[in-house]
Amino acid sequence: MIAAIAVVALAIFPFAFPDPFYQQIVVTALMYGALGAAWNLVGGFLGRVSFGHAVFLGVGGYATLLLLRHANVTPWIGIPAGGIVAAAIALVVGRPTLRLTGHYFAMATIAVLAVAHVLMVNWSFAGGATGIEAPIADSFRLLLFRSRVPYYWIAFALAVATFAATLALVRAKPGYYWRAINGDEAAARALGVPAERYKMLAFVLSAALTGIWGGFYAIYVGFIDPDSAFSLTLSIQIVLVAILGGVGTIVGPWLGAALLIPLAEGMRVAMGGSGKGFDLLLYGVAIVLVSLFLPRGLITLRWRRAAA
Amino acid sequence: MLEALSTGLFNGLVYAAVAVGLALIWGITDVINFAHGDFLMLAMYVAYWLFTLGHVDPTLSAPIAACALALVGFLAYALIIRPLSRAPAMIVILATFGLGLVLRQLAFIAFSPDYRNLPDTWLSGSIRLGGISLGRPQVATGLVALAMIIVLFVLVYRTRWGHALQAVAEDRQAASLVGIACDRVNAQVWMLGSAAVGVTGALLTSFFYVFPSVGAVFVLLAFVAVAMGGFGSLPGAFLSGILIGVVESLTGYWFEPAYKTASIFVIFLLVLWYRPRGLFGRW
Amino acid sequence: MPLLEVAKLSKRFGGLVANRNVSFSVDEGDIVAIIGPNGAGKSTLFNCIAGHDAPTSGSVRLRDAEIAGRAPEAIAALGLARTWQIPRSFGAMSVLDNVAVGALLHHRDPTRAKDESRRVLEAVGLRDRAMARAGELNVAGQKRLELARALATSPALLLLDEVAGGLNPTETIALVEILRAIHARGVTLVIVEHVLEVVMRLAHRVLVLDFGQVIAAKAPAEVVRDPAVIEAYLGRRP
Repeated sequence: MIAAIAVVALAIFPFAFPDPFYQQIVVTALMYGALGAAWNLVGGFLGRVSFGHAVFLGVGGYATLLLLRHANVTPWIGIPAGGIVAAAIALVVGRPTLRLTGHYFAMATIAVLAVAHVLMVNWSFAGGATGIEAPIADSFRLLLFRSRVPYYWIAFALAVATFAATLALVRAKPGYYWRAINGDEAAARALGVPAERYKMLAFVLSAALTGIWGGFYAIYVGFIDPDSAFSLTLSIQIVLVAILGGVGTIVGPWLGAALLIPLAEGMRVAMGGSGKGFDLLLYGVAIVLVSLFLPRGLITLRWRRAAA
Repeated sequence: MLEALSTGLFNGLVYAAVAVGLALIWGITDVINFAHGDFLMLAMYVAYWLFTLGHVDPTLSAPIAACALALVGFLAYALIIRPLSRAPAMIVILATFGLGLVLRQLAFIAFSPDYRNLPDTWLSGSIRLGGISLGRPQVATGLVALAMIIVLFVLVYRTRWGHALQAVAEDRQAASLVGIACDRVNAQVWMLGSAAVGVTGALLTSFFYVFPSVGAVFVLLAFVAVAMGGFGSLPGAFLSGILIGVVESLTGYWFEPAYKTASIFVIFLLVLWYRPRGLFGRW
Repeated sequence: MPLLEVAKLSKRFGGLVANRNVSFSVDEGDIVAIIGPNGAGKSTLFNCIAGHDAPTSGSVRLRDAEIAGRAPEAIAALGLARTWQIPRSFGAMSVLDNVAVGALLHHRDPTRAKDESRRVLEAVGLRDRAMARAGELNVAGQKRLELARALATSPALLLLDEVAGGLNPTETIALVEILRAIHARGVTLVIVEHVLEVVMRLAHRVLVLDFGQVIAAKAPAEVVRDPAVIEAYLGRRP
C-alpha cells in the first residue's frame, strides 16, 4: 500500500537529506498531516466541522511545558498528559457543542478557541501573553535536544502511531457508527447506535491526539504562547489540509499536508525574503485553484488516474 | 456609562451592517464567505484612495465603493462559487478563505502594511447629545448603516424580487420549479451583500484605520452575529450585531478592555446553549 | 406474555390529539397490520412505539420492559427494529456497510458484522448490489435496504412503515415472499400498510385506526366487511 512505501521513504529520508531545513519541512508536514487526520475523526467521518481544534493543540502544549517548568516532569510523561488534559477539555466542551448542528457547531468551536485565547493571555501562571519557554537542554530524559534530528524521529514515530490509530478506529465499530451518524443520525439511532456517546468519543479521541501533538509542538518549537497556539489561522490550516487532501478519508489529510506544507514553505523561502508577501499570495491562489479543480480533494487524483 | 452605551450602539450598527450583508449571502446562497472581511477592506481602500487622490469625501465615495464591491461580489460568484456549486460545502468555504487571503496579500503588496487614516473629512468632529460626546463620523456611519439595513429589509421582505430571494433560500429546487432563475438570484445576492459591505467600508474610513488585515477585525464578529441571530434570519443578524457592539462597549467600560472580545464569545455560547439555532434561526 | 403490549397510549401535540387510548398486544410469531385512512395517527403511533417520540400517556412494553419514552437506540438494543416510510439510507456508504451498521449492534467485530450483513442481503435479494453506493439504489432497492438494515440488528419485533409503498405488482409479490421468509425465521412483524394486497396476504390480525383511535381489531377477512371500517374509509352513506 501507499502507506507502507511512505513509511519506508520517510525512514530513509533524514539519511538521504541531512540538511535540517528539509527535515524541518517534513516534520511540519507530518505534524499537519497528523493534526488533519485527528481532526478528520470529527470533521470528516462524523461530519462536524470544527474550526477551533487549535484549542486542543494549545492545551496539550501548555500542559507539557507547565509540567516541565514547574514540576520538572519529563515530556515523556508530559506529552501524553497533554493529550489527556485535551481530552478532558473536550469532555467539558463537547456536551454543549455537540448538540449543535453544522454551521452553529463550527461557530461555537471558534468561540471556544477565542475564549481560551483570552484566558491564556490573562493567566500569569502560564506566562500570560509571552507564554512559556522550554528550557534549553540536550537531554534524552527531557526530550530536548540541540540537534533537530531526534525531533524528526519523534515526529516520525508519532505520525506512524497517529496513522495507525485513526486507521484502526475507522475500520472498527466507531468508524461505521460515525459515518452512520453523519449520514442520518435518527436512522442510526433506530439501528441501535448510541449517537451521543459516539459523537463524544470522536471528539475526545480527536482532542487527545491533537493534544499529544500539541505537546510535541511545544518541545519542538521550544516555547508556547497564546497567539501561536490558540490561533484561528492554525485551526484553519488544519481544516485546509484535511479538506484539500480529501475529507473523510484516511489518507487524505496526509496527502494534503504533503502538498500544502512544502508548497507554503517553498514559496516562503523563494519569495518571502523580500517581505512583500508574494508567497502568501501564491499560497492563496493555490488554495483557490486546488478547490476549483479538485473539489473532492487531492485523493481524487488517484481515482481519476485509475478511471483513465 | 451612557456614553459607553451609545458608542456601543453605533459600533453595533456598523457590525450589524457587515453582518446583514454576510447573512444575505450565507442565508440565500448557503456559502460562508470567508472573504467578506476582505471585501470590506477593499471598500475601505477604494474610499481611501478616492479621497487621497481625488479629494472625494467618503460620504460621496460610498456609492462608488458599493458599485465596485458589487462587481467584486459578482466576479467572486461567477468565477469561484458557481463552478463549485456541486462540490462539498467545505471546499467552497475554503475557496473563499483562499480568495480572502489573495485579496489581503494583493493589498499588502500594492498598498504596504501601513496603517492609514484620513485626516479631515466632511464627517470629522464630534457631536454633543444631552451631555455625552460622540464622534460625528461614528454617528453618521451608524445612521447610514441603519438606513441601508432598512432599505435591504424592504428589498428582501416587501418586494417581489425579495420574495424570490426568500424562496430560493427556503427551497432551491421548488424555487426553480416555479420559474425563479436561481443562478441569477445567487449572483444578485452576492452583488447586493457585497455592495452593502462596500457602503459600510467607505464610511468606516472616516474614523477607522485602513490596513490590509482590517477585515479580520470585523469578519469574525460578523460571523458571530449571523450565527447568534440564527441562520436564515436577517433581523437576527441585525439585532445580534447591535448586541455585540453594546456588549463590547459595556465590557470595556465595566471590566477590562482585554475581556471585550471574550465576553462576546461567552455570550454567544450562552445563547447557543439555550437556543441551539440562534435567536431567530430557521435552520 | 405478549411480545409487545401497548396500553392506553395517547399522544397529543398541543391541542391536537393524534392518538387516543390505543391498546393492543402482539404475541410472538404474530403478523399484525395497522391500517387506516390518512391522518389516522399510524405514523405517530409508530414513532411512539419505536422511541422517536414519547407518548403523552399510556405505556408500551416490550416483553417485560417498559419502553415508552426511552431512547431509540435503547429500544433497538432490546430487540425492536423499524424501517422508515421514506427510506433513510446512509447514502455515502456502500449497501454492505449500511447493513453492517445494523449488524454491529450484536456483532462487535466488523468482519463478523459484514458476514452477517451478507447473509441478510442474500435474504432480501440485494447480495449482488452489496458494493454499490446506497444512494444509487432505486426505490425498490432502498426499501429492501431499509429492511436488511433493520433485520441485521437481530430483532425480535420488526416494525415496518409502509414498506410496500411505491412498488409495482411484481416487486410487491416479491416483498411479500421476503417478509414471509423473515417471519418464518422467528421475527414478529407489525406493519403499517396502505397496500391492502400485502395486508390480506400476510396479516394474522388487522388493527384499524381512525382519528387516532382503534376502531376494529380482527382477522383480515372480517375487517374488510366491518361497517365501521368501511365508513372510515369511504364515508357514511348519505
